[in-house]
Amino acid sequence: MMNYDIVIVGGGPAGLAAAASARKAGIEKILILERDDRLGGILNQCIHNGFGLHTFKEELTGPEYAQRFIDQVLEKKIEYKLHTMVMDISSDRVVTAMNHTDGMFRIQAGAVILAMGCRERPIGALATPGYRPAGIFSAGTAQRLVNMEGYMPGREVVILGSGDIGLIMARRMTLEGAKVKVVAEVMPYSGGLKRNIVQCLDDFGIPLKLSHTVVDVEGKEHISAVTIAEVGPDRKPIPGTEERYTCDTLLLSVGLIPENELSRGAGVAISNITNGPVVNESLETSIPGVFACGNVLHVHDLVDYVSEEAARAGENAAKFVSAGCRDMAEGEDIQLIPADGVRYTVPSVINPGRMDRMVTVRFRVGAVYKNAAVSVYFNDERVMHNKKRIISPGEMEQVILLKDKITAFKDLKSITVRIEQD
Amino acid sequence: MIYDVIIIGAGVTGCAIARELSRYQAEVCVLERDEDVCCGTSKANSAIVHAGYDCMPGSVMAKMNVRGNEMMDQIAKDLDVPFKRNGSLVVCIDKDSLGGLRELYDRGIANGVKGMRLLSREEALAMEPNISDQTEGALYAPTAGIICPFRLTIGFAENANKNGVDFRFNTDVEELKKDAEGIWHIRTNNGEYKTRAIVNAAGVYADTFHNMVSENKIHITPRRGDYFIMDKDMGNFVTRTIFPQPTAHGKGILVAPTVHGNLLAGPTAIDIDDRESTATTQQGLDAILDGAESHVKNLPIRRKVIRVFAGLRAHEDHHDFILGECDDCPDFFDAAGIESPGLSASPAIGEYMSGLISSRYHFAKKDSWDPVSKGVLDPKQLTMEERNELIRRNPAYGNIVCRCESVSEGEILDAIHRPLGARSLDGIKRRTRAGMGRCQAGFCTPKQMDILHRELGIPYEKITKMGGESYIVRERSKGGEDR
Repeated sequence: MMNYDIVIVGGGPAGLAAAASARKAGIEKILILERDDRLGGILNQCIHNGFGLHTFKEELTGPEYAQRFIDQVLEKKIEYKLHTMVMDISSDRVVTAMNHTDGMFRIQAGAVILAMGCRERPIGALATPGYRPAGIFSAGTAQRLVNMEGYMPGREVVILGSGDIGLIMARRMTLEGAKVKVVAEVMPYSGGLKRNIVQCLDDFGIPLKLSHTVVDVEGKEHISAVTIAEVGPDRKPIPGTEERYTCDTLLLSVGLIPENELSRGAGVAISNITNGPVVNESLETSIPGVFACGNVLHVHDLVDYVSEEAARAGENAAKFVSAGCRDMAEGEDIQLIPADGVRYTVPSVINPGRMDRMVTVRFRVGAVYKNAAVSVYFNDERVMHNKKRIISPGEMEQVILLKDKITAFKDLKSITVRIEQD
Repeated sequence: MIYDVIIIGAGVTGCAIARELSRYQAEVCVLERDEDVCCGTSKANSAIVHAGYDCMPGSVMAKMNVRGNEMMDQIAKDLDVPFKRNGSLVVCIDKDSLGGLRELYDRGIANGVKGMRLLSREEALAMEPNISDQTEGALYAPTAGIICPFRLTIGFAENANKNGVDFRFNTDVEELKKDAEGIWHIRTNNGEYKTRAIVNAAGVYADTFHNMVSENKIHITPRRGDYFIMDKDMGNFVTRTIFPQPTAHGKGILVAPTVHGNLLAGPTAIDIDDRESTATTQQGLDAILDGAESHVKNLPIRRKVIRVFAGLRAHEDHHDFILGECDDCPDFFDAAGIESPGLSASPAIGEYMSGLISSRYHFAKKDSWDPVSKGVLDPKQLTMEERNELIRRNPAYGNIVCRCESVSEGEILDAIHRPLGARSLDGIKRRTRAGMGRCQAGFCTPKQMDILHRELGIPYEKITKMGGESYIVRERSKGGEDR
């Protein structure tokens, strides 16, 4: 069995940033395990720009953004293995992995950082009626085919779901000469970023139909048409609103699911809201020494936040290893409670003993709020009230909590984050 | 050449007959309109090996079901087919209907089903805690099983092929004519085939072929069954196959684990006209959601579904299998009306039909016949040491292509290069399970395309999901030529 101080599962943006920061914190033996043939993860197929505005104050493409972190990993001579699939993680941090040169092997890790990212929800999960022919892709699969393999799935496209990858692919397919006829979104609001709706749909005259879904798929061998209908508040199709669109491609952007099969196998507690691990302020899961960051933890909109979060996971894993793999909790844990429109918080618990000077709490809301405020309560006392013009499910929100405020508050048991309408 | 027997249809029935006929010194060929075996009803059903209490005593169905069930252990062993006798429960939720359970039990006894027991409410709930709280009693049949229908069909076909049976794919039979010498001339889109005897195993089209040659018309209705298949984390929701009490229209909406650990709910029973229409409908899917709720509780179908699909049963008006030589047309043998329990009965149908045909034409047994065919090697069954040895010999087994089902490149190469190997994504899927998991081939589609292109020389634009026009990509993207 091999031994490493930190094993990082996944060499995408989260894994790379975690590795770099763990090395900065002084950890020598770090190993990144990456299943694909190169580092960089999903960024390799995101050839559009708009990455890095927060981190580097410039607009980079996905591969350029990834390269900045790959360069750090190479400079710091951090070990990594490509084509390597992690098969199992045990609760005592033994990682079993496999590739075609080493075969199947085991590593005892001081700390494990989960950075496996997420997968796309497939059409099967929607239980859409109709045929199941060729020509139906999740948007990310189509993105890989177009941008990395160099092939176009088709020329007449309908997109179901308005997640960011779907919006990006609406533009991408258009630039490649395809006709994107419509984007249908079952919810009354888009799941994507406002800027993507403007830059990828509006600028190209692609209609976005909110509260609409696909109710029939035609074509036994290859898709030939879909029927779209308006849905009511119960998300059920309204009879009489059906419209038929001929198409040779249906792309889906209907949600991303953190890929936590390995985490579950290890016994990590998973939130049924985020589908990611339940973590504390150190981004540590329910298993001591197992940390999580990036889209495996909760789905992010911006990779900049993934990098920032992953760097913290890397530092915290380094602290854990440096302390002899011991928990440094002091005193009572403080629960973070999402309420009144806030669906979840990451982290969900804070221990002041382990806490740095501050902790960023990220969350999403369950509906669109206009002229509302994000409020934070320490026990029953409101300590923060940030007014916002608009808060929507498609954009991740955050509040920053300071350690001295937390420790100065007497008998602090819970911190509640809620949306308040004035 | 003139074949001794040509079988129309490479579903589980046609392939089972082909495999049994391969014991004899006869030239046998299977004609299949699709690109692969197992492309019709055989690929889209409940994947159940029924015990045999449903069928009417004295029916051909009853005999074939019970015999097929008995034969399945040996078949599964010989052909390396995942099969498990998980048992089944027919759940009664209405005191007034308990008599119906008794009736089923009596039918089972008459049919020769072994080991059945009538259970009290308490016994049933102790066995399966997730069945309905309204349960009043249940019929337990320990001989019922779950099986991989793809591997069963493929196993029959591969073993038949190994023992000398020819297969012709993408070959659609258009016309059947007998000449003055009594030789059949079969016109297809791929030329003419000649044979002494024809076996009609054409599923929902079996009446079309029968009625081409016989005045005693039969009539098949495609009876559609919609299904939900759920994530593998639901595979332990029930251990046994759970049925409601049957109605005139069928065995009802069952809830069953699959032999690979998913959970299945379905089917509906909707009579349709179009023999190609395997599209699910909202109405059908809703009927499953409602139907499953009657005999199991708190089944989170909507939250756990990974795919919906529909298959067509070949329902003949008289609701029995039609097996044997056509009364008014010698040398034409029907295996028609093969609806449920056709999968369970397939080994018996193969045995019965080949017995009939071989004695009719005095086929002699071959000196050597190999009943065994190994399926695609599954490294997950190996120890770590064995797996490492395998990877040392063939590094492709160390490269995972389908992450959800943990399928390696080695398995996919095996599926492609074995006799009657896979030529499409669905062909690979049915042989290895690659793409059958929770991401539904989102990640592995491009990788599988690379492998099909590299191994079979198929241009990317010609790679299909399931043959025909089911192309995955249409053309190069701009600048894609440089890649």
